[in-house]
Amino acid sequence: MAAVLTPTKPERRRRTPAGRGPGAKRKAGDWVILAVAVVIGLFIAFPFILIVINSFKSPTDYATSGPLALPAEIYTDGISAFWERVNFPEKVWNSFFISGTVAVLAVLLSMFNAFALGIGRIKGRMWIVILILLANMLPQEVLLYPLYFMFREAGLYDNQWAVIIIFTVIQSAFGTYLLASVYSTFPKELLEAASLDGAGRWRVLWRVVYPISRPTLSVLLIFFFIWTWNEFLIPLTFLISNANQTVPVAITALQGDRLMDVTTTSASALLGLIPTLIFFLIFQRTLTRGITAGAVK
Amino acid sequence: MASAVAPGAPKARPGGPLIPKTNRRTYWLYLVPGLTLLTIVIIVPLVWNIYLTFTSYRGIRAPEWIGLENWQRLFADATFWTSFQNSLAMIAAMVIVPTLLGLVLAAMLFDLIGKKFGARFASFLRATYYLPQILPTVIAAIVIGWILRPQDGALNTILESIGLGSLAHNWLGSPDTAMPSLMVVLVWVQIGYPIVIFMAALQRVDPELYEAAELDGAGWFQRFRAITVGMIRPEIFVVVLTCTIAALKVFGPVYALTGGGPGTSTIVPSYYAYSQFFQAQQVGYGATIATALTAVVAVVSIVFVTVQSRLERREEGR
Repeated sequence: MAAVLTPTKPERRRRTPAGRGPGAKRKAGDWVILAVAVVIGLFIAFPFILIVINSFKSPTDYATSGPLALPAEIYTDGISAFWERVNFPEKVWNSFFISGTVAVLAVLLSMFNAFALGIGRIKGRMWIVILILLANMLPQEVLLYPLYFMFREAGLYDNQWAVIIIFTVIQSAFGTYLLASVYSTFPKELLEAASLDGAGRWRVLWRVVYPISRPTLSVLLIFFFIWTWNEFLIPLTFLISNANQTVPVAITALQGDRLMDVTTTSASALLGLIPTLIFFLIFQRTLTRGITAGAVK
Repeated sequence: MASAVAPGAPKARPGGPLIPKTNRRTYWLYLVPGLTLLTIVIIVPLVWNIYLTFTSYRGIRAPEWIGLENWQRLFADATFWTSFQNSLAMIAAMVIVPTLLGLVLAAMLFDLIGKKFGARFASFLRATYYLPQILPTVIAAIVIGWILRPQDGALNTILESIGLGSLAHNWLGSPDTAMPSLMVVLVWVQIGYPIVIFMAALQRVDPELYEAAELDGAGWFQRFRAITVGMIRPEIFVVVLTCTIAALKVFGPVYALTGGGPGTSTIVPSYYAYSQFFQAQQVGYGATIATALTAVVAVVSIVFVTVQSRLERREEGR
């Protein structure tokens, strides 16, 4: 576990000795493997290619040429029809607000939990981790009835904060599990040095533990954001009014609507995908670098 | 990480806090917000659910105590057992195949394509493999449902255009192909997750190990098995545990693609509980299914975490 986000040891940085750099010694077998990797990539990307092709097709074009042909001409009515019908900017903002708030709060909560468990090493920590992991183990349907009653009592039903609170707890379970294990291997001498300087626990947390584990925390932030963005059942149940809905709920709500022909459906999938895709492309490097980024600089 | 500690550095009391001169009991303060929220959002609903398993409750009138009736019904319920059998298929599709395939693909991208065709190309392929992971499940289901649908679906259209029209099928709608189709979709959804984690882990592996093994005449597969799999074992653990939990409680794709059907051919415990909760309005029985599922997931996770922490401790001891 620890090692997932365990920092790369500096002395083990990958080197590229002569003869192993890009382009070196390509054998026939290498090209075969490359071809296999590309074919797998095409297979995985195939549904996405279909989404893009058909989002720009008119329904009549689709009816005559089928799903595989390129659009006869670029047709954007499907996209704009969907955009206006669901008030897309509003849904994107809702999803962004909920996912962003959850990501920040859940990372914070994971960090506090993991600080007590991994660095404080309190008694029975393994069982506390398991207890916290319950949030991840429960099938979400279990939560719907009780939380519905509780949030209605608290006046939070049909309020985005209900969804934010629920997902902060659920996401921080995974974060606590991961971080507690990372923190349990935290370089001791750094903590010792800080405490010799007279820093209390709170200051050690913010001056030493937080900055050093930042790469790991940013990976968690990205995971939490994407996972929350893609959630469906709980937002569907707790956000009933149209103005509060998230992107996936808004898209699903339109299925079966008579106005939704195939190409508009495709356009809705394209629009639903774009925000997380942009987010992923921006943070791709953080994601892979963060997991292994050096802790001890 | 252990090696980062200078040899001969004074060892702190084993098991004590990593910050010297702090009392480990006072760290409980940092768990207060987390455990409070956990109690409200998770523990209370869970206890409420366990209570409901002993009642007959239809969501309107107050729950009525019926003792163990729900549990007796559960153990005699063929659909419940079918749903757990289908969970095995979900584990194959969401854990076993993605982990094995992910290992091979990650090693292939990192070791071969990254080194011989450039790291940028390898990370481009990795991003491609990861794409299905960022697609919201319900949107994925809309697209997949449309690719697989019997009339004018993309797959059947392709089969016809290459002269294999006889293979065209109602992929998700007939009992013989619904489960295999669902499994293929789940592999497609899952595969990016192990690849990203394993590729990140591989950067930790010392390339000299590979070079030494290569000089010793070890073939690709031998190196893969001895070095790659050995070195990234912790990550394999994480992937297998998180994917197993996800597979046992999988809901979204089943809900959106097949609704458990046709018949009960793709029903899974989580979906069965949902249908009892919200379609049959048998809240007490739905709670029983959900509680049984939670118990299974919890047992599996506890076994996993125990084994893992034992391995970690052994490794620390080295």
